Amino acid sequence: MSLLIKNGLVIDPSTGRDSVSDILIEKGLIKKVSEKIAEKGIKTTIDAGGCVVSPGFVDMHVHLREPGQENKETIETGMLAAAKGGFTSIACMPNTVPVNDNRSVTEYIIARSHEVGTVNVFPVAAISVGLDGVDITEMADLKEGGAKGFSDDGKCVMSADLIRKALEYTKMLNVPIIEHPEDHSISGEGQVNEGFISYKYGLRGMLSAAEEVIVARDIILQERINSLLHLTHISTAGSIDLIRNAKKKGIRVTSDVTPHHLLLTEELITSYNPVYKMKPPLRTEQDRKALIKALNDGTVDAIASDHAPHTFDEKDSEFEYAPFGVIGLETSFNVIYDRLVRKGILSVSKMIELFSTNPARIMGLDRRGVIEPGAHGDLTIFDPEKTFKIDNEKFVSKANNCPFHGWEGKGSVVYTITGGEIAYQA
Amino acid sequence: MGEYIFNQNHLLGIDHLSDKDIDTILETAESFVEISTRDVKKVPALKGKTVVNLFFENSTRTRSSFEIAAKRLSADLINFNSSVSSLKKGESLRDTVLTLEAMNPNIIVIRHSASGSPYYLTTFARSSIINAGDGFHEHPTQALLDALTMKQVFKTIRGLKVAIVGDILHSRVARSNIILHRKMGNEVSIIGPPSLVPREFEKMGAKVHYNIEEGVKNSDVVMMLRVQSERGAGNYFPSIREYRKHFAINKKVFSMAKKSAIIMHPGPINRDVEIDNTLADSDKSFILQQVTNGIAVRMAVLYLLKGDFNEPIN
Amino acid sequence: MEEKIKAKIMDEKKMMRAFQRMAVEILENNRVVENLVLIGIQKKGVYVAERIKKLIEEMENIKMPTGILDITLFRDDLHKHEQQPIIQKTEINFSVEDKDIVLIDDVLFTGRTIRAAMDSIFELGRPASVQLAVFIDRGHRELPISPDYKGKYLPTSRRERVNVMLKEIDDVDQVLIMEPTRF
Repeated sequence: MSLLIKNGLVIDPSTGRDSVSDILIEKGLIKKVSEKIAEKGIKTTIDAGGCVVSPGFVDMHVHLREPGQENKETIETGMLAAAKGGFTSIACMPNTVPVNDNRSVTEYIIARSHEVGTVNVFPVAAISVGLDGVDITEMADLKEGGAKGFSDDGKCVMSADLIRKALEYTKMLNVPIIEHPEDHSISGEGQVNEGFISYKYGLRGMLSAAEEVIVARDIILQERINSLLHLTHISTAGSIDLIRNAKKKGIRVTSDVTPHHLLLTEELITSYNPVYKMKPPLRTEQDRKALIKALNDGTVDAIASDHAPHTFDEKDSEFEYAPFGVIGLETSFNVIYDRLVRKGILSVSKMIELFSTNPARIMGLDRRGVIEPGAHGDLTIFDPEKTFKIDNEKFVSKANNCPFHGWEGKGSVVYTITGGEIAYQA
Repeated sequence: MGEYIFNQNHLLGIDHLSDKDIDTILETAESFVEISTRDVKKVPALKGKTVVNLFFENSTRTRSSFEIAAKRLSADLINFNSSVSSLKKGESLRDTVLTLEAMNPNIIVIRHSASGSPYYLTTFARSSIINAGDGFHEHPTQALLDALTMKQVFKTIRGLKVAIVGDILHSRVARSNIILHRKMGNEVSIIGPPSLVPREFEKMGAKVHYNIEEGVKNSDVVMMLRVQSERGAGNYFPSIREYRKHFAINKKVFSMAKKSAIIMHPGPINRDVEIDNTLADSDKSFILQQVTNGIAVRMAVLYLLKGDFNEPIN
Repeated sequence: MEEKIKAKIMDEKKMMRAFQRMAVEILENNRVVENLVLIGIQKKGVYVAERIKKLIEEMENIKMPTGILDITLFRDDLHKHEQQPIIQKTEINFSVEDKDIVLIDDVLFTGRTIRAAMDSIFELGRPASVQLAVFIDRGHRELPISPDYKGKYLPTSRRERVNVMLKEIDDVDQVLIMEPTRF
């Protein structure tokens, strides 16, 4: 049970390592990291020459759809997609059927994930029972069952009182509250970003302000409560300003953005193609630029895909009737590496912070997101020169609602290693 | 060689037409106006062609206008209304259209409450698609029949000032008209409460006014939109009573427009809500001529698209 | 299609003579001139009709009702075109009921235009008679149609084209035979 990875450029922002090194994993844990490790007695050796070895990627915002919506995705296919995309750990949102608002669902997800693969699946449980925004869930029990965070994702916690109580209660649990910031009374039946394009194309809009008022509200509450608050899929320049100022003031808040909000804008909806329909909606170029800037100045802590699988038939419809959401597990790294890292907008080390170090820290994943002796043997090995072409016919995910279909570039995952086992090999 | 040709497979919106296309449709429609005055109001131009009226929203006027237009061109026509369709049983739009297309129609006229639905059809349908109104997006034949009416009155469709009053936000008629008149180089002002007339519409080249007298000033055309009382319920404005006070057209407001100005309305009108009863019936009102022109414009569009089978766009 | 002039068949003088002869023949054949109306077929038939109308009006000192007919919608080859031909104006400001109609066109070729014109006219009413005047009859008929009045009979090959040029739109009065420069 030993795995040796040789000759890779090991980059780990948390330890500052950035050098060609060998890594030895034994019994699922990293045993040794050094310039040269002898191959004697090693069961498996991987030559990672020319590749980057990163602490395993963590996608802290994924919808696995199981239990209940196995026609869209299952825990198994979601894990396969994660492994293919370089993710060693994923956090799955509670809006399943039934909702993950009780320990038995949390335990089912974990047990099922152990049965079908090696990628680490960390359930995020609901803040409110049934996601109804009324009664708080049994958070301590859920945590004992394995929940790593709480969120009503898909819906915002509209009651300021409820989010206050959730933040206060989880202080004793030391797990994050993950907010989907959207004031539903403003966004209403909105389909796309509200502005000139929504007006011209006759689609109901969702104002940026719908996101920003919740971001502001939660920051104000958090300033007093000082719990763990994470704002997910941030999409507007205004939200970025609010988070940046909060961080400056020392308020404990973290945030993530999605690859699609970093790379796409609302112009795309003029084709009325529902593949560009998601929440929050694609915003303006100005918003996109603000998000990219925020990656580098620390306002945004993580990149998360908000992998939201839907069946072909569901997405093949009138724009208004199609469900919100795009998939991302299998493409996040490709598109971010090619369009941001290769273009010099993001350093490799910063990218690894956003894909691994920070999300592992925010989710409180013990000994993950780091390459050092004693840490879990979770590694992502990617070849910066290996080309990719995204083809929505070729996903291992059950779904193909991917807005990056047809994109080509360089930077591909070649190995995903979880607990010292090869979960994916290109 | 180098001569203009009308080269559109579909009529999805005014946005896709050039000003020359618009001129051609209007000129063609003028020929059809003449035919509609004959004793025998029928020509064999589309003999053997089949037109499907695929209506997912109730609209007796638009549907019958297309129906008469198709019949005057000797086309065969089927009406397919959502209330009697299999959509209630959960059939998707794609399946509905593929089923209809298995009967080999040439042109599908679609009215749908979801914006962009006609575009969606062009991704897989083989027929020519005519947008008869999609959500809040466009209603191109309405804007064209409005333009034909203006051209008949003013002998030109250029150099005009058009004022559009009402719920711009939820009006496909307004959007198509704004786009059309900007393409023809006309001045457009849009008038209504700020909740129904977002400033961003100025990017379409229209001037926004919250005061009806200012907005209507020196206009050649005052186009009133139907007030939907349910918008009031959405708190876009407090009540019909207050709306009428500020945004209805009456003799006093209309006197701000040019002497030669006319009043138009896409119908159906709410008498004494957005339009003063006496004005609606005055010789300044061209509302019924608009209806008549609807047939000629739709004949022109049906004729020009012809409806040979097309390859889907993707 | 590129084409070149093969021959000039008529000049202004010859054309003038032909127009006069046609006008005279029309009058001779129609005793009750008050019942006579002219209808020119879009596009050049309209100008030919105008010429004949003027000559008749000068000779008889009357007003000669003359209409314009666009036959596009009645063509039998609409389904064969890539794009729909643009419709031109039809303007017949008189009743055709019980009238003696002279249909006028510049060139008579297959006869299909005249068939369409007759269908179109019969949608407008029931004339007493319909006669046909063409400036050039170039043969190659595909329908049982023959002109009652013609400016000139001009046998041509199918690949050639007859171009009746008129001052009103072409700045010159002449008749040319054109042929394609390549196949």
